[in-house]
Parts: sequence; structure tokens; C-alpha cells
Amino acid sequence: MSEAFPIALASSAILSGTSLLYATLGELVGERAGIVNLGLEGLMLIGASSGFAGAALTGNPYLGVAAAALAGIAANGLFSYVVIARHANQLAAGLSLTFFGLGASALIGRPFVGALAPGLPRLGAFDLLVWLAAPLAVVLWIVLYRTRWGLMLRAAGESPAAAFAAGRRPERAQYQALAVAGALGAIGGAHLSLAVALTWDEGMTAGRGFIAIALVIFAGWNPLWAVIGALVFGGAESLELEFQARGVDISPFLMNMVPYLLTLLVLTFWGLRGRSAAPAGLGRGFFGVE
Amino acid sequence: MPRDAALAWLGPAAAAARRALFVVAAASAIFALLLIVDGKDPLRAYRDTLVYVFANAYGFSELFVRMSPLLLTSVAVAAPGRLGLINVGGEGQLYMGGLFATAGALGFAHWPAAALIPLMTTLGFLGGALWALLPGLLRAAKLVNETISTLLLNYIAPLIVSYVIFGPWRSSESASYPESPAFVPAARLPSFGGTRVHLGLVYGLVCLLIYGFVFARTRWGLEMRAIGGNAEASLRLGVPVPAYIIVSMAVAGGVAGLAGMAEASAIQGRLVAQLSPGYGFMGFLVAWLAGGSALGILVMAALFAILSSVGDVLQITQGVPFSVINLLMAAILFIVLGERGAGARR
Amino acid sequence: MAEAAPILEARGVVKRFGPLLANDVERFAVHAGEVVALLGENGAGKSTLCKILYGYYRPDAGEIRVSGRPVTIASPRDARRLGVGMVFQNFSLIPALSVWENVALFLDDTPWAIGPQSMRRRIRPLAERLRLEADLSLPVGRLAVGDQQKVEILKQLLAGARVLIFDEPTKVSAPQEAEGLFRSLADLREEGYGLVYITHKLREVAACADRVAVMRQGRIVGSAAAREATEAELRGMMFGEAPAREPPAPPAATAGKTLLALEGATTAPGSGAVPLKDMTLRLRSGEILGVAGVSGNGQRELADLALGLVRPTRGVKTLWGEDASRWSAGKVRARGAASIPDDPSAHALVPSLTARENLALGDARRYRKGVGLDWPRLVADMARSAERLRLPPIRYETRVFALSGGNQQRLVLTRELAHDPKLIVALYPSRGLDARSTEALRAMLLEARAGGAGVMLFSEELEELIALSDRIVVMREGRIAGEFSRGAFALDAIGASMVGTADAA
Repeated sequence: MSEAFPIALASSAILSGTSLLYATLGELVGERAGIVNLGLEGLMLIGASSGFAGAALTGNPYLGVAAAALAGIAANGLFSYVVIARHANQLAAGLSLTFFGLGASALIGRPFVGALAPGLPRLGAFDLLVWLAAPLAVVLWIVLYRTRWGLMLRAAGESPAAAFAAGRRPERAQYQALAVAGALGAIGGAHLSLAVALTWDEGMTAGRGFIAIALVIFAGWNPLWAVIGALVFGGAESLELEFQARGVDISPFLMNMVPYLLTLLVLTFWGLRGRSAAPAGLGRGFFGVE
Repeated sequence: MPRDAALAWLGPAAAAARRALFVVAAASAIFALLLIVDGKDPLRAYRDTLVYVFANAYGFSELFVRMSPLLLTSVAVAAPGRLGLINVGGEGQLYMGGLFATAGALGFAHWPAAALIPLMTTLGFLGGALWALLPGLLRAAKLVNETISTLLLNYIAPLIVSYVIFGPWRSSESASYPESPAFVPAARLPSFGGTRVHLGLVYGLVCLLIYGFVFARTRWGLEMRAIGGNAEASLRLGVPVPAYIIVSMAVAGGVAGLAGMAEASAIQGRLVAQLSPGYGFMGFLVAWLAGGSALGILVMAALFAILSSVGDVLQITQGVPFSVINLLMAAILFIVLGERGAGARR
Repeated sequence: MAEAAPILEARGVVKRFGPLLANDVERFAVHAGEVVALLGENGAGKSTLCKILYGYYRPDAGEIRVSGRPVTIASPRDARRLGVGMVFQNFSLIPALSVWENVALFLDDTPWAIGPQSMRRRIRPLAERLRLEADLSLPVGRLAVGDQQKVEILKQLLAGARVLIFDEPTKVSAPQEAEGLFRSLADLREEGYGLVYITHKLREVAACADRVAVMRQGRIVGSAAAREATEAELRGMMFGEAPAREPPAPPAATAGKTLLALEGATTAPGSGAVPLKDMTLRLRSGEILGVAGVSGNGQRELADLALGLVRPTRGVKTLWGEDASRWSAGKVRARGAASIPDDPSAHALVPSLTARENLALGDARRYRKGVGLDWPRLVADMARSAERLRLPPIRYETRVFALSGGNQQRLVLTRELAHDPKLIVALYPSRGLDARSTEALRAMLLEARAGGAGVMLFSEELEELIALSDRIVVMREGRIAGEFSRGAFALDAIGASMVGTADAA
């Protein structure tokens, strides 16, 4: 019998949950600014492929992560322009970004399918990105709630009209927020290819981008809760792996449903209490019930 | 009056047609660019593609195969869209339709086709309808916005399908590839000629026709369009808004469910884990690009089908990965979205 | 005695919105250490004038002076920099953010890293002076309305305002909160701020102001020392000296059967709605019941209740003798009720649909033909209705958003009056209409009454109500504050009920 079950589970959960956490934090920042981005899946794929390609080409995994972040900022920049400057429908634009990511990542990663690239080295039990993940959440919390920039961002997400009446410029905050979101989402994807799977394959994120979107809702748009959420959701995934390894027979599919069911339940509960924790201006009316 | 009516109908269709032409032009340009970057000759690639897709009977028939599910999933988005509802759950509703239809196929395998096919069709509709009913109820009760709830349910449905085909419905035949047992011939949706074009195409066209007719010519369609235009005024005029929300969502889900039934029954011949390569999402985009017009949906669905075929061909003949199609669709969509006012909701 | 220059002054300010003259103000001024009440009915132009002073609107003509110096105020930012602050009815606070966050957002000199402690320290002295006891870390949305108002004041003061304009500050607050506000105003006045207090409530003028300027139809028609002017004088200036002539009474109403009866009806407070408390009233066929009152006192809620859009939580609603408390809006309409609201494109029409489709919408069942509609019959009926009402012919294929406000209202009238409704609820129907359309509308209502319909007419203009109604009820804070019959329409008394100087319920 290898390591004790709880320890194996915990470290597995942390490893799985890290890429989720980065993606969730990124989406959270964007949604706090009032923009819902259904293209997170595409961003993660772009990050995974660019990160892997970058690492393979330069021989340095950290440069790979940097490349991923830049690619994410660029891709999300396209999205931000269309949604903010052109007032496009956020859902359609987000889905377009997902398709874009699917295609672009396939192109970028094509030469590297089955190739080897230097993965992120372990520093102690985990790689650097894992160690930085939870602190990042804390930093984001501080930035959102204790800096002027964060306040502007949240005001833009709650009521762009009020922010504008106060003489501020909500659009600028939104562009900046989406740049951060692009970087973080892509880094989340890069963690998958450079630390978890250590390979690149088309579509390897397998819907994690959408789980991250659900996770933002589940975490009540709070970065600290997102850490818990990522652990829980990542844990569900690794629980399934550990169960398989130990021959326990619970269907992995039922386990994978849990995050979504949980989110739906939480939302219904919130609805019954007549309160929504979502930023009031989120999606510009697309997320209200009235 | 009749002339006015005809022109009114043509208006949004003409807009969609203009967009379609634009899409074709942009697509050709972008594809050419990609090919050149990859070191291939775009003109030759296009010629090969067009020959395959249009001059070849099989290639041509494949267009219809790809179009069928798109017609259904786009109606599933367009119909509630006229009320101002956003249904992004076509994918999940499709899977549930496939699931329910499979239940019929496996459970009643001894029935003759004349009875089994209608049963499976009904079950397919039912499965999708139930899957969309929950979001509809939640929205009508003002609890949860349907965009989120349909999105979440999208991910649960394929998991349920995987669960059953790995479990109770696991086929003993193939060990490596989990799937349900093959459907008996009576459970297979008939095809035309020797092609893969199946009755699902008829389902799609019929649903599209009904959609167009209901919204243009019936009083229920009028009331639903009123809700989409001004829900408050509609409420004041006595229109039963919550009832319409629930019914339109359920019916939309049912239509998407038919796509699932058709895919399982006609194309796959069994229930598989990967029943849809994203028909639900593509349906959203088709409906959105078409602006909700029935003729527009026909045009856009055809276009997406062509793009999809082109992608296949390019992959086979030029070694370009199929996902490039996604890139192309995305690029086109971004351009269309970038048109000022393109994103304004009706 | 030479007066110090007023801290804020408007001279010769003129403002038009299209054909409507909103302001024509020769001189309006406020001095440091003074509270000036700006008094007038709804629509008198008080808000517009102050929005000009705050930079929301640019005047078409005229000059604004701050401390004697002429200035240009092109935006609220300019106003703030010049020390002018305005506290609106719909607060511009962000409900989900806390008090100190809202303030931090507003101030220009908020540091890069914001600390709740330092912000709270900065706010606290002023908060104490304003007697704001709420926890500064609470989200603003959870504060009582009175406290929210204090946060708004605080915001402006911290940003350097020397003049504060209050736009109907007690419109949405309870009486006790009003007291708190008056105390704060007194404190601010002591400290040398200049305060402008927009209101229509006479009672408040005496309670907090030094001077009062009365506006009517865009002009300042009188000014006085607040504590010297009598209420009668002020009311006279507000509503006009000449008592509204009761025009030749329409043929005596045959008080017919009761159409609508409310007994002790109470509704639940919804988001922003004014709950109705214990309403008891009766509408008979062949009569026009005028509902007077300053808007925002429950009129919309009463109309919604009558039409079946809202259910009473207590009490009974009867329509045509049957208990209709649980009837849906559709059922009420089908039984012969019609609704003529204000702002037709928001409440009565679907702008994206054509005129013809909108005409069908209220009554789809009647015109059903198979799965569709019997358009020819509908069009014929509507044409006949338009003719009977002497309205211009309808362009059926035009989409409603392309119609002018007046034409939209005409469309609504054509539809609503097409089938001789027995119960008509008209909610501010002539708002925004030109004189000719208003005349026509009034004639239609009288005709309907002559035909035996019961009309519930909500209006802000007493002249209109006096001219048309058989009985008038006054609404205040969700209750009936007074009831008057034709022959006893005393402008004095009605006005008193509206603004609350009469205590009789």
C-alpha cells in the first residue's frame, strides 16, 4: 500500500485543482468587472498549447508559461475589443473565443503532439505554479478589495452607470481586467500541459474551462472561496482517479457531475432567498431573471 | 397586404443571406491565408474541395448529413430566443434525447420499425424536453437565469450518457470502446438511397417549417414575439408569460432531443459517449447569425455544413487539422460581432 | 443692508426640451448659511433647474454664478469642482459596495492602496455630525433609506461641496427619517453651507427652510420668508390663484351598478413598490373616479391591483359583483377592462411589432381564426374604432417604435376603446401628450362614461380631474387621504389632502 489515502488524495487534488484555480481566478476577475467570458475553455487550450510549444522550443518551461500568458492576453484582447468597444453579445463572443481556442491551439500544438517538452520542475512536493496559486488568490483578494484599481473594477461590474456618474471610466477597468483574465486562464491551461499531463493533445482541457465558470458562481465571486472550490472540484476528479487505482467501484461520471449539480443547487438556493451574489451588472442583463 | 407580408418575411432572410455571402468570402480568404502559411497551394486545395463536396455524390450528401442536426439545434435556440430567452443547452438536450431514444431502442427491440421509430422519436423529444423543462421552470419562477442553468445541464447530460454506456447499457461486444449495444435494424432511422442522408433531415426541415410558421402566422407566435419585445407590456395585456416561458423551453429542448435521437439512431446506430461534436453550440451560432429567421437558419446551417465538410476534406487531402474549422468559424464570428450593432439583442 | 454675494445663483436661465418650456427663471439664488426651499407641483421645473446647476443639463440661455463669479458648468465634474453637490432621489450609490467604498469611489484623491481603517477615520467625523450611526462597512444597499441619504450627503461634502441641492429627499423615506434629515440640514446650515431643498410638501417648507421660492410651469412665481408665508398663500402660488372653473357639469351621472369594489385591500411591498394599505373604494358604471395625489404615493399599485396584475394580500377585490381577488390580468381584460397607461411604448405596446400586431395583442382570442388571426376583421373593427374616436387612420405596417408618442397613445386608445369596455383604468394618460391630443382623450373618456363605462382616472393635474371627475379620491402613502364629490371640489381641500397638511384620513 503506497502513501496513505488522504495524503495521496490531497496532493492529487491540489495538483488537479491548480489549473482550475488559475482559470477560475481569471474568470472571476473578468466577471467582477461585469463581463462573462464563455471562451475560458478556448483560453485554457491556447495556454496549454502555447505553453507546451514555448517550453519545447526554448527548453525552458518557465518561458513556456510566459508564452502562454502572452498568448492568453492577446486572445482575450480580441474578445475584449469585440465585447467592450463593439458592444457585442457576450455569450456569442465567448463561444466564438472557445472555437477560436480550439482551432488555434490545434494549429499551435500540431508540431508537438507526442513530443516531449521540459515540464515544470518540482520544488519540494509541487511545481512553482502550485505554490503560487493560493497566494495568488490572496493577492487578488487584496487587489480587488483594498486597492483603488480593484474598487474601480468592482464598480464597473456592479453599475457602470454609477461608476460613470462618479466620473470614472469603467471601460478602461474592464479592458485591464480581461487582460489579467486572459493571462490567468492561459496559465491554467499551461499548468495542464506542463505539469499535470506533461504532453499536448488537441482538446486536452476536456471542459475544464466550463467547470471553472461554474466554479466562479459556486465561489460567490470571491477569490478565497475559489481556492476551496478548486480543491473540492479538483478533489472530485482525483477522488475518482484514486478510487480507480484502488479498485473502488464508483462511477467516475457520477462524480464528475457533482460540481455542476452543486452549482445548480447553490444557485437555486440563492434564488429562493431572493438574493444574487453576482455583480449586478454582469453580462449586462443576461444573468438576471427579470 | 399579401405583398407586404411576403416582403416582411424576406427582409430578415435577405439580411441573413447577405451575411452568408460575407461569411463565404471571409472564409475563403482566411482559409487561403492559413493554407499559404502552411505552405500549401490554396487554389488547388479549393478546387479539390469543391470537387469533392459538390461534384461528388457522396460529398454532396454529406452536407445534408451535417445539416440535419444543425437545423434542429438551431431551432432549439431560435424559438426561445424570440421570447428573449437564451438557451445554450442544446448540447445537453441533444444527449438526453439520444439517451431516451436508446432506452426505447433497447427496450423494445422486438417491435417493428413502423412502431419503433415513432416511439424512439417521441422518446427523443421527451428526453430533450425534460432536460430543458427544468431551466424553464426555474426561469419562470424567477429563481435562476436560463443561460446559466442550461449551460450547467449541458455538462451533466453527456456524463449521464457515459455513465449508462459504461454501466447498465454497456455493450459486451467492444471492450476498448464503451458504447451501447448496436440498435436492431428496426431501430435505425431510415436513410435515402445509399447515402447517409437520413430521415433526421426531414425532422429538421419540418421543425424549421413549424418554427417559421408558428412565429409568423399563429397567434401564439405573436404573443411570444410580444414577450420578446416587451415582456412587461405583454404581461399587462394578459399574455400568460410564465406559461409561455415553460412551454417554449420544453419544446425547444424536445427539438434538440430529436437531433440526439437522429444521431444515435441513424448515424451511430447506438449510443456513444461522443454523440455530438458540438452541434448544440454550433446551433447557437447558426441561430444567432441567422437572426432568428427560418430561412436564415436554413442558409446558415447549410453554410456551416459546407465549412465542416471542407474541413474534413482539407484534413484528408492537405493534412490540415480539422480544428482549423473552429478557427475559421471563430474568425468569421468575431468579424460579424465586430459590426456595430451586430450584438444588439432584438 | 448689503448682502454677501450668493454662494450659488442662476440668472435668466432658460431650458427647453423640444417644444416644452421646462425653465424660464429670472433669478434664483442661495446664500451661505441659508436653506432655500424650491416648492412646486410635479412637472413645475424644479428638478430641471437644479440639474442645470449641477451640470447635468446645459441651459439654452442664462448665466450661473458661484460666489458672485460667472462660471460655466458643463458637467457634474465641473459642478463638484466648484463646490456644488446634488443629492438625487435615485441615489447614485452602488448597493453592493460598503459605505466607505462608495465614498472612496467618488473622491478624486483616494490613494492607490485603500485601507478601510483610514477611509473610515476620514469619514467618521462627518458621519457623526450627520448622526449617521450605521456601520460604515455595511453594504449601502442594506442601510435604511435615511442613512443612504446621509451617505450621499457625506460623499458630496467630502468632495468639497459648499452648496448642496436636495431633490425631493423625503419622497421615499418614513416620517422619522425626515426628522433626522431636517436636523442634519439645520446643522449644515449652522456651519455655513448653502442648501437648496426641492419639494412639493408644504409641511416641510416651514420645518426646515429660511426662504421659499415657488415654481409653476417653469417659472418662479413667488418667493417669501418660509416662516412668514401662510400655507394658503403658498398653495395658491403652487396651484394657481384662479380656482379651477368647474365646467358645465356633464349630464348627471346615472350612478349605476358597482363595477369595481375594494374592501380593505392591502398589497405586499415589492421592489420599489408602494404598498397599499387598507384601501376601500368603489367605482360605479357611468362615473369617472378621479384619483389625485402626488405621483409615487401608490397610484401605480392601485391601477395594477384594479387590472389584476397584483393580488391583494388582505382584503377583497370585487369586479362586477364577483370576487376577483385572484383573477389574472388576462381574465380581467377579457371581462371588459381596458388600460390606458402613460408611456405607451413601455407599458402598453411592443415597440418592435407593427401597429396591426399590437392592435391584435390585447384581444387575440376574440380574433382567433384557426391557429392564426382574422386580420381582416381586426382591421375593420379597429378602423371603425378609430373613426368613432375621430382619430387619424392607422398605418398598420409601421413598427411602433417609429411612431411618435402621441400616435402611440392614439393606437392604444383605438385598441382599448374598440369594444366598449365597461371598466377603464387610465393612468396618467395625457402625460407627454400635446394639447390637442389631450382634449381628444378627455372627450373620449367622457363619451365612454356616457356610454355606461366606469373610468378610474389617475392624474397629476388637478384641473383635469376637476373638469372630468364625478368623484375624486386623493392618495397619499398608499391610503386614501380624502374623498370629494362633484359640487364640493374645493381646490384648497384637495390640495391639502395631497400634500398632507390635512390630517383627516
